[in-house]
Amino acid sequence: MSLVEPILRTDGTGVAGTTREAETSRVVPLDAESRDWLESLRGVGPAYDDAVARLHALLLRGARFEVSRRRPSHLHLRGDDLDDIATEAADDALVSLLERLDTFRGASRFTTWAYKFALLEAAVKVRKRAWQGREIPLEPESWELFSSTGRDPEAQLQQREPPAILRRGIENVLTPHQRRVLVALAVNGVPIDVLAERLGTTRGALYKTLHDARGKLRAHVAESGFDIGEWLEAET
Amino acid sequence: MQNVNKNDALRGLLGPSGPEVGCDECFQKIDQYVELELSGRDPDEVLPGLRAHLEGCPACREEHDSLYALVSSERTLGKN
Repeated sequence: MSLVEPILRTDGTGVAGTTREAETSRVVPLDAESRDWLESLRGVGPAYDDAVARLHALLLRGARFEVSRRRPSHLHLRGDDLDDIATEAADDALVSLLERLDTFRGASRFTTWAYKFALLEAAVKVRKRAWQGREIPLEPESWELFSSTGRDPEAQLQQREPPAILRRGIENVLTPHQRRVLVALAVNGVPIDVLAERLGTTRGALYKTLHDARGKLRAHVAESGFDIGEWLEAET
Repeated sequence: MQNVNKNDALRGLLGPSGPEVGCDECFQKIDQYVELELSGRDPDEVLPGLRAHLEGCPACREEHDSLYALVSSERTLGKN
């Protein structure tokens, strides 16, 4: 996982390397518990083995927490499946964390830093398991979400209604790849990790595509003389 | 269709309006962000662009919500 990525602006420019960013990535003094974790995990022999075992137990606790949170929305997954996912997630998180141990800067407690590895691995595995064997919809399954009046799109467009303007933008201003990614992620609700795996790319790269597509769509709406913020506010 | 659902769908389509970090940088800093939240400080002042990303990326938002819930529950129980 790349740890250096520019901040994304809607106009496509970046602001990486700012003073504020430098400040947030500096090394800070470690609390005593975090220092103990680091020293143990950089040690050798029984002390190292014990630290790794304790770390794995912590990661397993985190993975089980995440799997448990996802359980209500994935009722088709059996208890054994979820236990397996949590164990695999803890194993993979341990490997990932140890590879990145030198990147820990003490910006948070070590345990908080460690937990995020377990939560990420567990969340990704649950999403992928839930979509296992399912076809990924890359075309709009329904435009109803963007229909404000129930009238046909051409009538909406003539009345300059937002759903029609958005739909026209998706169809006309995006590249085919941007359109497929935007539709799959933002219209059809495909999880980004699942789509990344199917398309043979990374979550970060897909999000960049989504970000660029959204920027083009916003520009298209603005060029149509429409105030997005005002409309969203009115719909709330 | 409820207006709030339609609004959520449109927000998902158009994304956040301001600058945002990407998924990798979000992962890199999410632990610090959560601890700032739990300490009562304003994380957006220290880590600009991360809240916007959480608004625009459902996967990162889910993972943020889980980390916040896990760490806050453990602190309530006195484990950390």
